[in-house]
Amino acid sequence: MASEPEVAVTANAVLSVRDLRTHFLTRDGAVRAVDGVSFDVKRGETLCIVGESGCGKSVSALSIMRLIPENVGRSMAGSVRLEGTELTTLSERQMRAIRGNRISMIFQEPMTSLNPVLTVGAQIAESLRIHQRLPQRAAWERAVEMLAMVRIADPARRAADYPHQLSGGMRQRVMIAIALACNPQVLIADEPTTALDVTIQAQILNLMLELKQRLSTAIVLITHDLGVVAETAQRAIVMYAGRKVEEAPVAELFRNPLHPYTRGLINSIPRRTAAGRRTNIRGRLQEISGIVPSLREEIVGCAFAPRCSFAVERCSRERPALDPHAPEHLAACWEVARVAAAVR
Amino acid sequence: MSAPLLRVTGLKKHFPVHRGLPSRVVGQVYAVDGVSFDIARGETLCLVGESGCGKSTVAKTVMRLLAPTAGTVALDGVDISRMGEAQLRAHRRQMQIVFQDPYSSLNPYLSAGAIVSEPLTNFELASGQELEQRVASLFERVGLRVDAVKKYPHEFSGGQRQRLGIARALAVKPSLIVADEPVSALDVSVQAQVLNLLIDLQEEFGLAYLFVSHDLAVVEHIGHRVAVMYLGRIVELAGNADLFGAALHPYSEALLAAAPVPDPELRRERMVLQGDVPSPMAPPPGCHFHTRCPYARERCRTETPPLQEVKPAHWVACHLRPVGGPFGQLTR
Repeated sequence: MASEPEVAVTANAVLSVRDLRTHFLTRDGAVRAVDGVSFDVKRGETLCIVGESGCGKSVSALSIMRLIPENVGRSMAGSVRLEGTELTTLSERQMRAIRGNRISMIFQEPMTSLNPVLTVGAQIAESLRIHQRLPQRAAWERAVEMLAMVRIADPARRAADYPHQLSGGMRQRVMIAIALACNPQVLIADEPTTALDVTIQAQILNLMLELKQRLSTAIVLITHDLGVVAETAQRAIVMYAGRKVEEAPVAELFRNPLHPYTRGLINSIPRRTAAGRRTNIRGRLQEISGIVPSLREEIVGCAFAPRCSFAVERCSRERPALDPHAPEHLAACWEVARVAAAVR
Repeated sequence: MSAPLLRVTGLKKHFPVHRGLPSRVVGQVYAVDGVSFDIARGETLCLVGESGCGKSTVAKTVMRLLAPTAGTVALDGVDISRMGEAQLRAHRRQMQIVFQDPYSSLNPYLSAGAIVSEPLTNFELASGQELEQRVASLFERVGLRVDAVKKYPHEFSGGQRQRLGIARALAVKPSLIVADEPVSALDVSVQAQVLNLLIDLQEEFGLAYLFVSHDLAVVEHIGHRVAVMYLGRIVELAGNADLFGAALHPYSEALLAAAPVPDPELRRERMVLQGDVPSPMAPPPGCHFHTRCPYARERCRTETPPLQEVKPAHWVACHLRPVGGPFGQLTR
């Protein structure tokens, strides 16, 4: 049913995901967490995947990293190529050599993703010893250098600290140090600043972007925060109910959103303007009525149709194709022309 | 002039820290350390700040869910901060709370109808048929289907649960609703629904809100006045337009600069604060913010700046913003 999977970029892609499907088999039927997602990540770029809870953005990331165990009843299909290497068919042993080395990931909660009984220095050194076969001493020295690079004050002493001795922001810096230790081509960051306060979030985002420049690592940043998208990414993908509904360069996405869901998202955030004046004094925010559909039933047609003010009869019958409407700008909507013409 | 609906004066809440066996008190967490503000009828005052600044503790102490260490909380001119539970009961009807987490703040064993009717039966405001009608109209008012009264909390989505929490708070017709991060757990599209509902209810019932949030965009949207907190103290208190248009405290300035703006065409000079918030167990002397403040002077390290009205209705606690002084750019 799905037509040729479409992506905005194919040249110079360091990571290519094609028609990724991750379903979880439960007693009540299959949950289609990720339902046919394709995208490319260019060398050294920042790509944001944005969407609300349950849209499949985190499951996509975990599927790419092959971090979802098979025994939870998941079924996976599609292709993930990292610089020409097909990851989905590798053995677990081969995958281990790549994970944390050529592609790595950081998570939302830096406390639960660090090992509480190992010093942070040992945790950074571990990946260097395994992937780069550095001797213990050299690995430790390199770990201290990494801590300095992520701007932890007094790195030689901090390397001997345990995670609970560090603040939330410092733990996330340590996670970044571990993830970047082997100089990966791709870093997947799953809501890396969501658990942090805004002033710390600003520090961490600045750090990630600066290191990206220095190491020319491509970043896939998963977030629910359109503010973070606007300030960090070159391109963005909007997901809804396990599917990609729109993809565009960031400036284009905010200036000219073509999918009604993207429009709804952008319009529903209370927004601040440059001078800090409100645009809309205690006016009503635009809401998206209703709630996200259950992923338990197979969604026929467009998943957003029941909540969409542009929906026509065709939308609930036929799944819209992801078609290009401007350079590098894809949207999956039958009524794009009407949406584009409508006043925002 | 009549008394404000809520007047909080010199509120302090310290939590003792126990350690060892037998356990001894080894220190205090100065969660709230001298906070004063008023809320008028029908007004929204927002408390904003980062985790650990004491904003939720203020909310809970105002509600008397925590007993204050010092200071007074006057509701409609009556000090409730030292009142006994029996006496307090009569005043509880006037103020209700909506919590952040719509999952843990609703009893999973009660049906939605029972959750909303409980405060009405508790205060003996309605029974029998009338109770049913009141609950039905509350459900309608917050945008829930009336036939949902038989459902249990787990059958609702996050946004619907928060509506249920709002209906419960609304049931006894309070004049003040304390909302502790009511939309933080919700997705943006649903967050917009709940914020719109809160604004509509305020207009309809003349409610006052003490609205606690860490999200500046939400605060700017819903607030009339804003109090910025840092390490247990209010550092700036001003009308919404003043705070978001011309914040005077360096911390407010940094908070505003740190919040990401959903507009990629906007290129801003960012003021990124260095370091972390100090521990509230050992707050730094003088101005609490001096350890991270790019403008800090010698005086800031020793002397606590008082919260002063530097412009009409604009209060700031900063040595570098003298009363009647110039408000030009501070220099580092």
